[in-house]
Amino acid sequence: MNAEPNSAGAPPATKPAATLPAPAPAPAPLPNPLAHLPLPFQAVDYFLKGYHLDASVTPDQVVSAAELLGKEGFALDTITGVDWMALGQMELVYDYFHPQRFLRVVIRARIPRDNPEIPTISKVFPGANWHERETHDFFGICFLGHPNLMPFLLPEDATYHPLRKDFTA
Amino acid sequence: MATEDILAPLASTPPQETFVLNLGPQHPATHGVLRVKMTMDGEYIVRAEPVCGYIHRMQEKMGENRSYAQFLPNTSRIDYLSALTYTHAFVGAVERAARIQVPPRAEYIRVVASELNRISSHLVWWGAFLLDLGGFTPLLYAFDDREKILDLLEGITGARLTYSYFRIGGLYNDVDDEFIKGTRAFVAHMRPRLKMYKDLVTDNVILRKRLIEIGPISQELCRLYGATGPVIRGSGVPYDVRKVEPYSAYPEFDFEIPTLPEGDSMARYLVRMAEMVQSLRIIEQALDKLPAGPVMAEKVPRVLKLPAGDFCYAVEAARGRFMVRIVSDNKEIPYRVKLRTPCLSNLSLFEEASRGMLLPDALALMGSLDLVIPDIDR
Repeated sequence: MNAEPNSAGAPPATKPAATLPAPAPAPAPLPNPLAHLPLPFQAVDYFLKGYHLDASVTPDQVVSAAELLGKEGFALDTITGVDWMALGQMELVYDYFHPQRFLRVVIRARIPRDNPEIPTISKVFPGANWHERETHDFFGICFLGHPNLMPFLLPEDATYHPLRKDFTA
Repeated sequence: MATEDILAPLASTPPQETFVLNLGPQHPATHGVLRVKMTMDGEYIVRAEPVCGYIHRMQEKMGENRSYAQFLPNTSRIDYLSALTYTHAFVGAVERAARIQVPPRAEYIRVVASELNRISSHLVWWGAFLLDLGGFTPLLYAFDDREKILDLLEGITGARLTYSYFRIGGLYNDVDDEFIKGTRAFVAHMRPRLKMYKDLVTDNVILRKRLIEIGPISQELCRLYGATGPVIRGSGVPYDVRKVEPYSAYPEFDFEIPTLPEGDSMARYLVRMAEMVQSLRIIEQALDKLPAGPVMAEKVPRVLKLPAGDFCYAVEAARGRFMVRIVSDNKEIPYRVKLRTPCLSNLSLFEEASRGMLLPDALALMGSLDLVIPDIDR
């Protein structure tokens, strides 16, 4: 459980650092390679965040965003939610990766927490089916038009959504 | 009436009787508690629907209840066969967020340990897969070789399966000469063994008949379902996080990404066998170039607070792309930890890929996906 046991003076035997780590070069964010898409992309420094492009869209745009990215050859990485209880919002996060390019894209949408509904993208990416079922399990977010929004990882009679911040076991 | 007229209505209306076959949740071929509800037409699969969640542990909720360092051991219990790569992704995400610079020696040792772990994971898959196909002996050979890796890793990490060796900022401890000597000996030992595995098993005509052209998965199917790892590489896409999204010390090594265009179960089999050779190459280079220096970053705070925002880190685990997404609200405890696991995406294409297959062929397909069920259920 202690993550920093040997932090000071731990390395035995080896000589003192002959090659101290050069600070990683932090190249400036690249110009947006998807600028031709009508999505509100913001370039992000990959080395600080782990993705290149970030776009916040309205809930009814997630399907068209998925279609646009699908045409560009992107694959769906994962779908997840974040419960911003204090703001009364649920955030949907759609991660995409490109099988050939060093390019990671994040699409976000926020929906009201008391009525969490968003269209499904499982018609564009059939792989979204399970990710959306999982997000429904954990957050109670309803994916409109989903073919089979049954519990995926939780028991089939589960009536709770454990990743909601007001959930207590 | 002519004979053709009598038979015609029969041919155009095949029997509509199907039955449901329940595979699992306890079944040797599913390697864990995976259940598949199969609608069968005789020996042929009409629809195979995996039912997941039998060992769901809600790892992501656990992540919201403890500090970053306390969650670290959980990450080695998701895919217990390649625990080190999973730990790597988590510490990588925390280091990226906290802007901790990991010493080069630590990154090199991480690579050596991860690649050893990848070989041991592929060996378990190899033995278990051939067991599914009806060959018992290879499992014993695989576990014999794997034992050597477990001994090596036990020497430096103290554990045999669920390692917490990578720590935020570096490593739990440095490697000793015994480990380096032992690893070199293992590399020398493993190369002729892989040659023997090829002669004895891969070139076996029965195995080839069970795998070639069985369970084809197209590139497009992989993309639509987000399948990664040997599955997508067996379909002709050279997607490997180590090359496409380079991390750790991987850019400093010379290695290839084995890729085959066929997309059948044999391609996935051959990709994994070739990956073990590449892992040996990486280990050898890393040991040759192992830099001196500390294995822990200086000034890693005891109480770690990450800046607000979200941070991702992806690694190439033995089964594909594993990504950790941490959402932080500037507290000691993560606001949200998302674990993107490869097996979930790889299994999700099974329903479409297995349609119309013979049941024994579908089990060969499932085995070639290399599933680890706790990785799906988390």
